[in-house]
Amino acid sequence: MKLVTAVIKPFKLDDVKEALKSAGVVGVTVTEVRGFGRQGGHTETYRGTEYQVDFLPKVKVEVVVDDADVDSAVEAIVSSARTDKIGDGKVWVTTIDELIRIRTGERGAEAV
Amino acid sequence: MDTGDAAWVLVSSALVLFMTPGLAFFYGGMDRSRNVLNMLMMNFWCLLIIPILWVVVGYSIAGGNFDAAFFGGFGAAFLKDIGLEGEGAMQLLTIAFLGMFAVITPALISGAVAGRMKFAAWAIFAPVWMLLVFAPVFKWVYGGWLGVRGSLDFAGGTAIHVNAGIAALVAVLILGKRKGWPKEGSPPHSMPLVMIGTGILWFGWFGFNAGSALGANGQAVQAFMNTFLAAAAGGLAWVLVERVRDGHPTNLGAASGIVAGLVAVTPACGYVSSMSSIWIGLAAGVICSFAVRLKFKAGFDDALDVVGVHFVGGLVGSLMIGLFADSSHFGNEHLDGLFYGGGLTLLLEQAIANGVTIVYSAVVTALILLALKATVGLRVTEDEELTGLDTVEHGETAYHFGEVTMGRG
Repeated sequence: MKLVTAVIKPFKLDDVKEALKSAGVVGVTVTEVRGFGRQGGHTETYRGTEYQVDFLPKVKVEVVVDDADVDSAVEAIVSSARTDKIGDGKVWVTTIDELIRIRTGERGAEAV
Repeated sequence: MDTGDAAWVLVSSALVLFMTPGLAFFYGGMDRSRNVLNMLMMNFWCLLIIPILWVVVGYSIAGGNFDAAFFGGFGAAFLKDIGLEGEGAMQLLTIAFLGMFAVITPALISGAVAGRMKFAAWAIFAPVWMLLVFAPVFKWVYGGWLGVRGSLDFAGGTAIHVNAGIAALVAVLILGKRKGWPKEGSPPHSMPLVMIGTGILWFGWFGFNAGSALGANGQAVQAFMNTFLAAAAGGLAWVLVERVRDGHPTNLGAASGIVAGLVAVTPACGYVSSMSSIWIGLAAGVICSFAVRLKFKAGFDDALDVVGVHFVGGLVGSLMIGLFADSSHFGNEHLDGLFYGGGLTLLLEQAIANGVTIVYSAVVTALILLALKATVGLRVTEDEELTGLDTVEHGETAYHFGEVTMGRG
């Protein structure tokens, strides 16, 4: 089992969700996060004083999938979240040691 | 009692009362999210303590004996001998109306001391300041020696905005800077709250200014129109400056300009014509949009720009009466401004009245704060300042997100 984590532009969340559903993913967890990468931040001005905003709002998407489905899930995210402009975010894949469905107690691939 | 006059002043009193919560939102939105409730409470505290103190003794000092030069005395303390017969009802109404001003004037100072003042110190400072600074200066300006000399202040430019503005400057000098200022920025935590507060202030200000005619008459109508125009002109001027200087027209600029225009037209609104009020608003918008940056050059941490908006704006409006006052427009007896054939006399009187107010208010404000510093203390600890005054001083949090944050204790 793999955990696929993506940090994306917030307005792309709907597209990513639909793409993941189409790719057969049955559950998604999202978190509103802030961060910076190569895009950098922006400035805001209040009463003539400039403030640098380094951490931009992003959305973190997490899905757990079977090893066989990793590539299609990653492809779904990458193709749906891409705008070709700086700040589109990243996707990374990590291995999961154990997975348990709370309701039934099923473990491993059964619980995906 | 003229029922028309009474009706208008009744409504105006309620309008002015609404300004204090409006000010609280205006300031609260600009404050940090960890201090917003403390800001609201500093303002609402004035609504709790001042009305009672006002009828006990405040009104008596400020207006008990209208003909006194310096001190209204204690003759009207506890509203002694003020009934409803004859002119009694109108007098009682006037006391209520002026009480609203006594509430909001110390509240204005709260924006400067945001984020580090002990609530206990504020709780004592606000009412004591109202009695020792607001009430006497009010007396001098209205019916007292500064008014008799010829200076004009229709609704409280000198007595309220310059008075509270200079007190705010003294307060931040004695209190000191917030930790991290000016390196660490503290932009407004909620601009929508600022805009709601601005709307409430503008709405309430019609009572503040037009109500100060103390009747439903031509002067009230002109003051109403001037309040309408100067606020718009102030906001317009500030936003245009921003567009040219900083690149963006901002909500905070619009709000600040509206308030600057309102502040400036406050002393002038019953003495100048509609067109003059536009000039006053424009001047206040431009001048205050630069004045708010003085604190960075001079190094005083006036957190929400009480000095740059209220002190400077009040001074601009008060001095511009010396240019634009037009007694013939109202058919009243008072000095005319420079542009209306009055020469420099009124301008000089305006300068004297404001100069006296600045010196007296600065000295007495300093004495009150130094006394508090030596007793209850003025500042919260550094840890408390970083934690935020909402939880430390009030045991409350402004924004609970989600359901996991609270259980029954």
